[in-house]
Amino acid sequence: MLGTVVHRVSQMLFVMFGISVLVFLIFFATPGSDPAARIAGRNASQETLAAVRADFGLDRPLPVQYVLMMKRLFVTRDLTSFVNRGWKVVPAVIDVAPVTLSLVTGAAVLWVIGGVVIGLLAAATKGSWLDRGLMILGLIGVSMPVYWLGEVMNLLTQSRFHDSWVFSWVPPLGYKPLSEDPGGWFLTLVIPWITLAVLYMGLYGRVLRASLVEAGQEDYIRTARSKGLSETRILIYHAFRTSLITVVTLFGLDFGALVGGAALLTEVVFGLQGIGKLTYDALLNLDLPVIMATVIYASFFVVLANAVVDLLYAFLDPRVRAR
Amino acid sequence: MMRPPRRPRDMTDSTAPMGGLASGEQGRPARRSRGPWATAFLKLWHDRAAMAALGVVLLVVLACMLAPVYAGRVAHTDPFRSNLDGQFERNGEMVPVMETSTEGLGLGFTPIGPTWDFQAFFLGADNQGRDVMARLLYGGRNSLWIAGVATVICLLFATLIGLAGGYFGGPTDWVLTRLLDVLWAFPVYLLAISLSIVLIAKGIDIGPISITADSLWLPILIIGIVYVPYVARPIRGQVLSLRQSEFVLAAIGLGVPGWRILIRDILPNVTTTLIVFVPLLMALNMLTESALSFLSIGVQPPDASWGTIIQDGQALLYTRPIVALAPGVAIVITVLALNILGDGVRDALDPRAKLRLRSA
Repeated sequence: MLGTVVHRVSQMLFVMFGISVLVFLIFFATPGSDPAARIAGRNASQETLAAVRADFGLDRPLPVQYVLMMKRLFVTRDLTSFVNRGWKVVPAVIDVAPVTLSLVTGAAVLWVIGGVVIGLLAAATKGSWLDRGLMILGLIGVSMPVYWLGEVMNLLTQSRFHDSWVFSWVPPLGYKPLSEDPGGWFLTLVIPWITLAVLYMGLYGRVLRASLVEAGQEDYIRTARSKGLSETRILIYHAFRTSLITVVTLFGLDFGALVGGAALLTEVVFGLQGIGKLTYDALLNLDLPVIMATVIYASFFVVLANAVVDLLYAFLDPRVRAR
Repeated sequence: MMRPPRRPRDMTDSTAPMGGLASGEQGRPARRSRGPWATAFLKLWHDRAAMAALGVVLLVVLACMLAPVYAGRVAHTDPFRSNLDGQFERNGEMVPVMETSTEGLGLGFTPIGPTWDFQAFFLGADNQGRDVMARLLYGGRNSLWIAGVATVICLLFATLIGLAGGYFGGPTDWVLTRLLDVLWAFPVYLLAISLSIVLIAKGIDIGPISITADSLWLPILIIGIVYVPYVARPIRGQVLSLRQSEFVLAAIGLGVPGWRILIRDILPNVTTTLIVFVPLLMALNMLTESALSFLSIGVQPPDASWGTIIQDGQALLYTRPIVALAPGVAIVITVLALNILGDGVRDALDPRAKLRLRSA
């Protein structure tokens, strides 16, 4: 077990290093244009350009620039925006993290429950119209662009049916902190949660069904059946338990990916000022330091989440450890 | 259309008795084997859902190909030119494309809503008075083209990396695997945003390759690259196990050069995997393209794609929702059809369904 941990952690550190180098090269060494001009933003004055050059050490060799940037991102954390003069970028990213976490956590609860129910129902009624209907619905969920579904939701809840009793409770777009207004926090997030969960619900339902059907052909299920156990018991206590490994792995990866940027579209559509929206606004303002910070922090989070999932996996499943 | 009588599905399955092979050589086969490709094709042919999905995809492609015909011959409109003070004939009288707004403060203009008349503004006009239907068809061309070419690029890179890493092993494999690890962990949209923000202002200029900032090749390359690990990893795994198989060891023993083994012995064995990935990747790429265009880092104006039209429609969401709804419906239909087709292809070629593509 210790060997697995050491191996996985060193791999994680290596990937983090690789990502930081890749990001650095994208921003500082892409041929064609001057990095100082990109960092300074639109129509920057000569003084700003000079300030950027001095600030990022752009007249020094690339490895030195890399070390300088990493130091400012992680050690001193004083990377500043030039578009929004003097704005400290790293604290800004950490400030908005709760918004993204709220969005993703709530959606995750919804989609895991929904996905498990869909998967179990479909596998239990395999071949029936219910199974087919659920699978088609799941596939439609997977095939919808999430930002478009968000717009449709906005159209229904904010405009077309906002005055009817169905959606009159939906507050205007925006985010209310949990610590200040728990009720408002919940109400503003319900529609974004549902929107984000629809996609994953379909995906998880389909994956779980496939895994359950596959497990149904295993020897231990036949044994359980010949012992005379009821089908429900076999499905839930025998097949479902093994299938959970697949679901847990998938969940860890998706949760990490969503916090690390994949929730961006949902945040933009619903005006939730999270990490994704921060990145998007920076994109519109061409504010590179902000994007550097969000990209590095978010992808590090994804790498960390993946490593945790792998270790959990090794912990849960002895077969993985043995390798 | 006549359908051949249904046969049991597993007639040519691998579970068939071995005797078939020997009798086949004598010219009077007891049971003729069709070969793996024909078997898979027949299986797909009998999959009604997959065939219907293929029909839908072909219809969408055809409709989008006919975009210039629609814009030029039917609707007589230029979907790329702003048309704010344009007029058109409806029920014998001329009406302006931009109506004076009656909602809100009564200021400004609202583009005309859907006329449901193919002659003019079937789906209404957008913020600049352009025909949404014509833009939808032209946008579909870009969306399909980007998704298709990105799929080809992704499969090409993934095959190269998978073959090289899996076959040669050693340092080559180590470097390539680490590269895939880094790409895999990099959040797709953030990677695309980083690349776009750097490239969108000036494009790339590396030696003979020169890509301008508004070129379609920018989103194509970005989308093509970000999903390489999703395909390269399973390919590498397959090559790794093929490398140990007896026929490859025999070829090595005979002194066949490595590149020849790769092309003649290993590549044909991973071809089914690659084909299974085509429709699924295409679906994923369409969603990614539309998302990038929605974030204004994909297709650049005045060009259209389904994602950019949705973005245009966002400002009109509460007054003229059709502008945002129509391209979304087009995406859902196309991606759904591709996913159903992908399921069918996978069932036909990879019955044990080991390959899955996670949707972003």
